[in-house]
Amino acid sequence: MIEDYLSLFVKAVFVENMALAFFLGMCTFLAISKKVKTAIGLGVAVIAVLTITVPVNNLIYTYLLADGALAWAGMPDVNLSFLGLISYIGVIAAIVQIMEMLLDKYMPALYNALGVFLPLITVNCAIMGAALFMVERDYSFGESVVYGMGAGVGWALAIATLAGIREKLKYSDVPAGLRGLGITFVTVGLMSLGFMSFSGIQL
Amino acid sequence: MSLRSILDSMEPHFHKGGKYENFYALYEAADTIFYTPGYVTKTGAHVRDGIDLKRMMITVWLCTFPAIFFGMYNLGFQANSAMEVMGVAQAEGWRGALVSLIAGTDAASIWDNLILGAAYWLPVYLVVFAVGGFWEVLFAAVRGHEVNEGFFVTSVLFALILPPDVPLWQAAMGITFGIVVGKEVFGGTGMNFLNPALTGRAFLFFAYPAQMSGDAVWTAVDGFSGATALGLANTGGVAALADAGITWADAFIGNLQGSVGEVSTLAIFAGGAVLLWTRIAAWRIVAGVMVGMIAMSLLLNLIGSDTNPLFALPFYWHLVLGGFAFGMIFMATDPVSASMTNTGKWYFGALIGLMVVLIRVLNPAFPEGMMLAILFANLFAPLIDYYVTEANIKRRVARNV
Repeated sequence: MIEDYLSLFVKAVFVENMALAFFLGMCTFLAISKKVKTAIGLGVAVIAVLTITVPVNNLIYTYLLADGALAWAGMPDVNLSFLGLISYIGVIAAIVQIMEMLLDKYMPALYNALGVFLPLITVNCAIMGAALFMVERDYSFGESVVYGMGAGVGWALAIATLAGIREKLKYSDVPAGLRGLGITFVTVGLMSLGFMSFSGIQL
Repeated sequence: MSLRSILDSMEPHFHKGGKYENFYALYEAADTIFYTPGYVTKTGAHVRDGIDLKRMMITVWLCTFPAIFFGMYNLGFQANSAMEVMGVAQAEGWRGALVSLIAGTDAASIWDNLILGAAYWLPVYLVVFAVGGFWEVLFAAVRGHEVNEGFFVTSVLFALILPPDVPLWQAAMGITFGIVVGKEVFGGTGMNFLNPALTGRAFLFFAYPAQMSGDAVWTAVDGFSGATALGLANTGGVAALADAGITWADAFIGNLQGSVGEVSTLAIFAGGAVLLWTRIAAWRIVAGVMVGMIAMSLLLNLIGSDTNPLFALPFYWHLVLGGFAFGMIFMATDPVSASMTNTGKWYFGALIGLMVVLIRVLNPAFPEGMMLAILFANLFAPLIDYYVTEANIKRRVARNV
């Protein structure tokens, strides 16, 4: 049991890294990775949002939306799974909103540094992606907690690493045409080459 | 007429407005090989030392020579032995024709082995050097920076970790990717974050997996097949190695199949001793890699596994098999892509050591883990440095409050 959870976690962090293996959540990944401090702040926010939304969506899917899920309400023939996308995004939006209010109240510096990208976590594809992967792979409630957290930790690790590299690249003499986002794309490509070391690991 | 005055008489042609101003980078490179440049630092505190980047890089280059010569001998020895068994009289292709002019195919003769090995490795090196040099000079000329000897090191290291029978066009592709995308787009030596030689190698590895994966053997004879030492260990552990007649001493001295540079741990350590003694390679990184590797393999020995014999492979085998020693001495210690802080170097090295054993043992897709482990640790090097400096800052603030 513990072993299964552990291997699922390792798989979500390294083997199926949201940012560097699936290239999900790229917009925030590229935009908020100039400084290690803010990158880690955003990373922690994403971990929190993923750890909450994936299990919540799992509950919604299992008890409301899946084929026959409404049997407990006396409606075994109802299949509401077509409502999936809209309910997941609703849950995500609500949680991000709460998160934003909490950050504004308790960590105003980080709140200002993240700026518009904090509400944009709502449409961060990594978070929607995790919810959809959870449905597709039929995770149980326990698994979806572990998976949500693992996916978040993997994404946070990737953005912190990218921010570290970009802080170092500040001193590089990049050709004019590649400065800014261009070289960041090249960097991310090379980073995912480094993460290829995990591809093929069977857990 | 002295060399200095020849160089001086040529110099005006390469300055702005001269006939060959586009080639200034080439002139500057040649000049500084023979004479230490006269420029001095004018401002700020600086270290007075006779060694500059160029001397440093040339030293690294010279330190690969034991591995090169032993590797070429061994390549010829393995190929000649294999041909003897198969009853082939001459190596195939233009290489065989070339070799037969000056040497035989006797596996007992050092000369014959060395020549055959050179016929395979030297063309690869020449192609890598020419193509890599072309990109380096092109970028230097267009962007107006100096040609840097970093590419001497990059090209020789890259050629040493290629399979000996790699098609020459693949070698050219790999070094192009390594130099251009791995280094020059970031502004040249000192500004990249991945080791350029390994970037090129990894590019080939993923682009042409059929030829590069590192489980089938790389002997320079057509039709000879077998598994590399790591591949053997993967299927049967130490017992399979013993069945194939490979003893630990064989693997340490380098009497086994593999890329030219990686086979002989002994020859690599001979070069590595000079690097460590001159402090060009950071001893903390090398020690960190050893500690990480030993710790991880002991841990896996302890855990054990019924299905995967590699779990039981002891650390002294990990040390001599595959590219571990070569990567530890020459690749991990690359001063640009490694961690810069002293504490960070320990963590950086240990991360490589852990990862290489993990990839070798747990990832069935890659029998060889050194290249990917180093690339992976390169990614984390800036972050490690960041935290080490943050911790230092915190400690100093706490001390002075």
